Amino acid sequence: MDASSSSSSCSSSSKGMMDYGNEPHVLAVDDNIIDRKLVEKLLKNSSCKVTTAENGLRALEYLGLGDDQKNNLETMGSKVNLIITDYCMPGMTGYDLLKKVKESNAMKEVPVVIMSSENIPTRINKCLEEGAQMFMLKPLKQSDVKKLRCQLMKRS
Amino acid sequence: MEMWRQVFQYKESLFREGILDAQFTQLQQLQDESNPDFVAEVVSLFFEDSERLINDLTRALEQKCIDFKKVDAHVHQLKGSSSSVGAQKVKNACITFRNFCDEQNIEACFSCLQLVKQEYLLVKNKLETLLRMEQQILAAGGAIPMIE
Repeated sequence: MDASSSSSSCSSSSKGMMDYGNEPHVLAVDDNIIDRKLVEKLLKNSSCKVTTAENGLRALEYLGLGDDQKNNLETMGSKVNLIITDYCMPGMTGYDLLKKVKESNAMKEVPVVIMSSENIPTRINKCLEEGAQMFMLKPLKQSDVKKLRCQLMKRS
Repeated sequence: MEMWRQVFQYKESLFREGILDAQFTQLQQLQDESNPDFVAEVVSLFFEDSERLINDLTRALEQKCIDFKKVDAHVHQLKGSSSSVGAQKVKNACITFRNFCDEQNIEACFSCLQLVKQEYLLVKNKLETLLRMEQQILAAGGAIPMIE
């Protein structure tokens, strides 16, 4: 593992939502181990700090939105600058995760990108309507992630 | 020079035969000095994951009462993994497999499982050979051929 491997420890710095210097922190959620490794590399190649989660529940826990976690009103800004999640996951789908994020006061401003290997317009529209920033077709390419990075920068 | 040419021809044949597709090239292009074993790691994960899924599929199809939803879920995973590493024939076999799951066609599912196993073993063998050959080129200070 190289020195810049992703850390899953809590970030204690109080980041403003748009202020992340040169390295946005991305939470990548996918139940497939190969896809997790791939998306992590793609994001790191685009100068992002990456935390991965293997399912929606773990993702929510990391974000502090787990069922048994009290909403911390003192949270200043969010831990992550972007959430990228697979759509098809057992239990909580990427769509369910998207909804939970958008329903939370602390996290609703965080852009959420949905990935899927299936190009289904109704699925895509459903996600966009629920507030997804973007939909990306798997397998992701480096050029897709670079574009995403640019979009993220423009947002701030 | 000779080794490079051999590797080039070998690799080119894998693409021509549809065993590997452009996604494999994408994967190789992601590798850099900060992570020189990236491709080997991903391929290794793919082998482990595939073998696990194929075992799960075999067991699932052996049940008296086949749970096609479960079978489909496993095939979906394998389709995803194979797609992500560029194992095109495995991916295509999975696509066919899923169609038969939808139809709940037991006979066809059994055939598909056999095909998936075959294609997996083929790509495993080819990838192991390819990566070994490419490693030799790298060890000799050369650059590996990329198939666009």
